[in-house]
Amino acid sequence: MLQTLFDALALGSVYALMAVGIGLVFGVLRLVNFAYGQLIMAGAYALAIGSSHHWPEWVSVLTCFGVVIALSLLMEIALFRPLRGASAATMLVATFAVAFLLQAIALLKFGSLVKTASIFPGLFYPIGHGDFQTVRKITIVAIACAAVALVALTLLLNRTTYGLHMRAAAANFQTARALGVRANEVITLAVVLSGVLAAVVSIILVVENPFVEPHFALRDTIIVLVGVVVGGLDRLWTATLGGFLIGVATSVFTDQLSSAHSVYVDSFVFGLVILVLLLRPEGVFAPLRTRTVERA
Amino acid sequence: MRLVSRLPELVLPALLVAGVALLGTFTSRSNEIHFRTALVDVAIVVGLYVFIGNSGVISFGQISFVAVGAFAAGLMSLSPQIKRSIMPALFPILKNHSLGNVESLLLAAGLGAVFALVVGLPLMRLSGLAAGIATFAVLGITHNVLFNYTKIGPGATALTNIPETTGLLQGMIGALIAIAAAWLYQLSRFGRLLRATREDPAAAQAVGVSIHRQRLIAFVLSGALCGFAGGLFVHEAGTITTEDVYLDLTFLTLAMLVVGGVGSLLGAVVGALLVSGLDSFLITAESGVHVLGVKIDLHDGTHLVVLGAVMALVLVLRPEGITGSREFRLPRVRRWWARSAEAPT
Repeated sequence: MLQTLFDALALGSVYALMAVGIGLVFGVLRLVNFAYGQLIMAGAYALAIGSSHHWPEWVSVLTCFGVVIALSLLMEIALFRPLRGASAATMLVATFAVAFLLQAIALLKFGSLVKTASIFPGLFYPIGHGDFQTVRKITIVAIACAAVALVALTLLLNRTTYGLHMRAAAANFQTARALGVRANEVITLAVVLSGVLAAVVSIILVVENPFVEPHFALRDTIIVLVGVVVGGLDRLWTATLGGFLIGVATSVFTDQLSSAHSVYVDSFVFGLVILVLLLRPEGVFAPLRTRTVERA
Repeated sequence: MRLVSRLPELVLPALLVAGVALLGTFTSRSNEIHFRTALVDVAIVVGLYVFIGNSGVISFGQISFVAVGAFAAGLMSLSPQIKRSIMPALFPILKNHSLGNVESLLLAAGLGAVFALVVGLPLMRLSGLAAGIATFAVLGITHNVLFNYTKIGPGATALTNIPETTGLLQGMIGALIAIAAAWLYQLSRFGRLLRATREDPAAAQAVGVSIHRQRLIAFVLSGALCGFAGGLFVHEAGTITTEDVYLDLTFLTLAMLVVGGVGSLLGAVVGALLVSGLDSFLITAESGVHVLGVKIDLHDGTHLVVLGAVMALVLVLRPEGITGSREFRLPRVRRWWARSAEAPT
């Protein structure tokens, strides 16, 4: 029971972090980044390389952050910028293409065999005895990381000028620009923050599952993407909550269903999602009685 | 007369497909597979185009219909004896019956249409982002169920020994059927109404077009064509796993549609042929190939990198695809046709 609870909270936290990363970029660019999982995958490979060369852990972690942030910025310059203002469908397909591209590059460079990344192995052990035997340290660390990151982000968004600019851009990009918000700066900041979160997620995921391969974090990303859309991408907190809840749901389903049924977890979760989308197409947490006119 | 004046829209794609099939008859036995694959790809991409192209709504879910069609056609083409021995868990109705080649293709198309109707009835209310993600969820569910549910299929193992009836001829006929269906649809009242909702949803609704109904019609037709194409696919390869009809195929066929031009039938066909050819060439080159006396030996997996890059580049530089999402027209001839048509009256 305790294990189920902690596992659910931990997966929910990791998914919430990913949801924030996706939501931040969506806020300023109106673009859902399908390739977010491949950023996490790249970070995981950085950790795996570090561990195979026996780099000190802080070097590996710094490399992971460096690689993920650099890749995020590259994506922004090479893809997001030229596509600014394109239709939702075009942008969705474009980031889908980049997701595949990055995965194919990983396959080409590192092969399909798993690479083991041992980092912070101490976190793999249980936190205590008795009831706590089944709860691993990384579970607590994941929850704590998510909490700290979310609080820091809330402060940044609500207490700083940059945050104000970002919220303004998310609410109405054109108006914000007209009022003197620097579009490129705000977008770059959002992309970098989203990269930082991706790097944090890749460290947490690698500690939980040290076997890195080209599909690393792919399934998680698909689930989170579904979660943020269900939560509602128009507001950051609803997207985050959507990510968190779908993580909790996935984890609880996996723990509680018998093994004959637990293979169908994805179907249960996605089925739930389709149901929710039908009842509330604007997102579960969108205010009542707001009907958005479909934009061409 | 509209039918005749818009005939070039049908003729050029059909000629391209026939040309590819004809070229295939001149190649060696080992190279023929690339031509067969290209023809099947055309059928799948045209199926995708009927919905995505005409509605402007992105769907990542059409490959679920290909998957259902492929597994249904493959399973029903096997003899009951084989099924009893290798898949004892199957439902009796699946285990004890088998179908011929054409019947299995019809079954695939029918199942694709029914599945699309069931899925589309609720989902076609969504648009934009929500539609993209929800159709992705459909793909996820289809894959998840096919992979695990051994009463309806082989589950995680491969389905093998399926009669390889999709040769160049069947591939060509299949692709031509898909093209003709797509052409008739886009000429019809329904096709026009759906394209009106794509250009301006608010205006279309204001003149009384039901977006939901028009999208649903296209979705079901697309489901039927995709299911049918799945049948061609499985009869071409002779073997299938759930991974064959999942993310990679979704990516590949979307790339074909985007590279050719999402908004036109010509784009779908040209994109499918070009990208399929490029893909086949790169896959061959991964095991070493001589081109004009130069030996090309690419690293395994290069083909996905190149395709991903090509697709991203096309989207950034030319989002309308290489055909500009325009159909093939003969401006002068068309005017001449129109005049001669009016002359007698």
